[in-house]
Amino acid sequence: MAEAVAPMALLELKSIVKEFPGVRALDGVSFDLQKGEVHALCGENGAGKSTLIKILCGYYPTGTYQGEILLDGRPVHFKSLRAGEEHGIALIAQELALVPELSVAENLVLGREPVRAGLIRWDRVRAEAERALALVGLDVDPDCKVKELGIGQQQMVEIAKALAKNAEILVLDEPTAALPEGDAQRLLRFLADLRSKGVSSIYISHRLEEVFQIADRITVLRDGRSVGTAPTAQLTTDRVIALMVGREVKNLYPRPPHREGASLLKVQGWSVEDPLNPGRLVLRDVSFEVRQGEVLGIAGLMGAGRTALVSSLFGASRSRVSGRVSVGGQAPRKPFPSPAEAIAAGLALVSEDRKRYGLVLEASIGENITLATLRRFSHRGLLDHRSREDEALAQFAALRIKAPGLHALVNQLSGGNQQKVVLAKWLMAQPRVLFLDEPTRGIDVGAKAEIYQLIAELAARGLGVVLVSSDLPELLGMSQRVLVLSQGRPTAQLDGSAATPETVMAAATMKA
Amino acid sequence: MDLQPLPSEPSAPPPPEQVAAAPPPAVGPRFRIPWRALTMVGALLVIWIVFSITTDGTFLRPRNLSLLVRQMAVTSILAIGMVLVIVAGQIDLSVGALAGLLGAVSAMAFTNHGWPLSASFAAVLVLGAILGCVQGALVAWLRIPPFIVTLGGMLVFQGALLGVTGGVSTSPPRAFLYVGQAYVPTLLGWIGAGLVAAAFLARAVRSRGASPWKWIGFAGLAVGFTAVMNAYEGIPVPVLLVLVLAAFFAGVAHHTRFGRHLYAIGGNREAAFYSGIDIERHIVGVFTLMGLMCGAAGIVLTARVGSATSDAGRMMELDAIAAAVIGGTSLLGGVGTVWGALLGALVMASLDNGMSLMNTESFWQPVIKGAILVAAVAVDMIGRRGRA
Repeated sequence: MAEAVAPMALLELKSIVKEFPGVRALDGVSFDLQKGEVHALCGENGAGKSTLIKILCGYYPTGTYQGEILLDGRPVHFKSLRAGEEHGIALIAQELALVPELSVAENLVLGREPVRAGLIRWDRVRAEAERALALVGLDVDPDCKVKELGIGQQQMVEIAKALAKNAEILVLDEPTAALPEGDAQRLLRFLADLRSKGVSSIYISHRLEEVFQIADRITVLRDGRSVGTAPTAQLTTDRVIALMVGREVKNLYPRPPHREGASLLKVQGWSVEDPLNPGRLVLRDVSFEVRQGEVLGIAGLMGAGRTALVSSLFGASRSRVSGRVSVGGQAPRKPFPSPAEAIAAGLALVSEDRKRYGLVLEASIGENITLATLRRFSHRGLLDHRSREDEALAQFAALRIKAPGLHALVNQLSGGNQQKVVLAKWLMAQPRVLFLDEPTRGIDVGAKAEIYQLIAELAARGLGVVLVSSDLPELLGMSQRVLVLSQGRPTAQLDGSAATPETVMAAATMKA
Repeated sequence: MDLQPLPSEPSAPPPPEQVAAAPPPAVGPRFRIPWRALTMVGALLVIWIVFSITTDGTFLRPRNLSLLVRQMAVTSILAIGMVLVIVAGQIDLSVGALAGLLGAVSAMAFTNHGWPLSASFAAVLVLGAILGCVQGALVAWLRIPPFIVTLGGMLVFQGALLGVTGGVSTSPPRAFLYVGQAYVPTLLGWIGAGLVAAAFLARAVRSRGASPWKWIGFAGLAVGFTAVMNAYEGIPVPVLLVLVLAAFFAGVAHHTRFGRHLYAIGGNREAAFYSGIDIERHIVGVFTLMGLMCGAAGIVLTARVGSATSDAGRMMELDAIAAAVIGGTSLLGGVGTVWGALLGALVMASLDNGMSLMNTESFWQPVIKGAILVAAVAVDMIGRRGRA
């Protein structure tokens, strides 16, 4: 427990402020770590957890933030990750930082290979690798390629790599996100073991159960501020969730009135395989229904399978999908093999990353709006530009896009107006069900309100809307029903009043 | 292929999940059958058998095999450098034009300006390294995609070659042609082959498990190759040069930090960065080496052909890339071997040579080579999918 340890912290961050253009990601956060402690960082997506650890590891070099980092009571200024490592701080990033085509041994010594006369000393590499693997108790052949290992074993190789550099502070960002339960438990036992040897860890995880199992203390971040640090023994899961979500919910959301329309989308027994790891399911046995004029919210933490759900329903999944889907009361059918068929059936998807999947940035608003429906304006292989512009203009006006005209380039628009262009594009296709994946990410409050207004209008017109969002107030404010996913499984379907931040968070952190 | 930060390694997905029960099982035996290499050797044997039948055995005569390996010398030198470039996730389209330019500069320095032979060789090696270094710097520090930098380089070097030669070809005297046309005396060849075979056999004795056969095979290959070459005029000097360069660069690729870091950069740029590797310096380094190899290839090219012409080296960059790819190099980066590229160059040269012997109309040669290139990669991709 924290009180039992010496008063001077091993690591201390004092009033850290980090700004990105337009956003204050961290607003005076202080944080400390004792020797031999596991200190968990909790918070919603975007609360500032990743930013904080990137600062303390040296990923964001000194000078790009305000505040002070003290190590053993002395101020330190890291210019690079390397500098952080030299002070004994090792980051184990969310994505594995291993080279799949190189051997385990080579990955373990990458960047610091022992050489003599310019030649790598393979005997030393092997010995070093065996020593590092022994540290984590991993029994694999150091000569086999990393890509031949299971994902849990790869995670252990990463930890071995950090420990081999004599790290005294391990920073783990969602280390169990990609791990099956057995491997996750082994990792937790291993961290506990390290703690008894005096190695400290900063542990970030959305899985609160794990946090309560491993952490000595918990710090909760919300909107770039620290809202509390306490020994785990003094906290409960409910209290942590309340701290994570506890912001005021403003009445920003014109939730469409509830009504019993005809069924527009019915999904049964939907399962999706992990594209990188066939055999593992990212989504397991999900069923739900969306009715006319209804907004269904999909809640879940990062990695819960929300995006996989909507993209697989839209036929855009690269891995194997199984289950039955029926659109507009038609007979249930197998998953759509491609977006083209999903579009033809009346589905539309406004994807998470609009710049990557939603827009041609160098093209005009008009071209973008008609991109998915060009077939309609094509006569004997030639485009009828007049009718195309007329229809695009109608959408342009209906969505109140703020721009000089149809010919303005999309990359000159604000995020909110870009999002409206994407919406306009899909509304041109006259869909019956609209999937919105994080529709307000990265756009300002004013534009958000307009998007909410649009969602409400579309629902009033009889569309079915499936809304995926990490912004809990938004999700609760707009949806009549909320489907909660946790680790790829549905853990709750909450109706109107039953859906509160607490119930949704509890279901989202529930062990599936 | 370009310098934009890549999200992550998009290559073969990892195999199915290991069983989650503790403790994790040890993975794989230490020796694996190199299916990829065996497939390539098999394909080469099929090509050779087909040609030896269609040419009534002429294809396999020592005289023709000697010609074959001389024909592949220039492409091989370029392919050896190209493997490292592609492994690092880059591409170099300027190598053919640069080799042509450097070959001409060398020949003219020696022939028209009376430079000593050693100086005219050394000068273009240095010049090649400098030009490679400049291209690498543009890629690494100005973040211009390598495709663009080297496409521009190709045009610049082609123009420079035309300007330097003035459209007139230079025929250097005999001393210059030695590197391209001479043969190692047969006795010396046997001595060299004996030493190499002995070294391989020593490795075979020291190694355990199934791998001795690999080394014994290599020893046999060294002796067999020398026997065939000596049955004609001896090992051609340019071919000896190729073998020495290949051995040297295979060593660089596998036994130096520089080489291993190239594989790491091409295999997962983020991981390389997080491991503290200076990615920019390695990229400049690999383009510099490529420039150096262009110098060597240019000299051999001029010497073998006997003259430096204003369109020398044209399209050779594509042969070099094709050889590397047929030899198992992945254009996604991170995968490839020098010896594989040599095998790829041998496949390409065999097709050229065999079809010439059959008096196939010349338009067929690029058609067949193109089809083989695409087929080689298709087989590889299908193989990967099967393993996924």
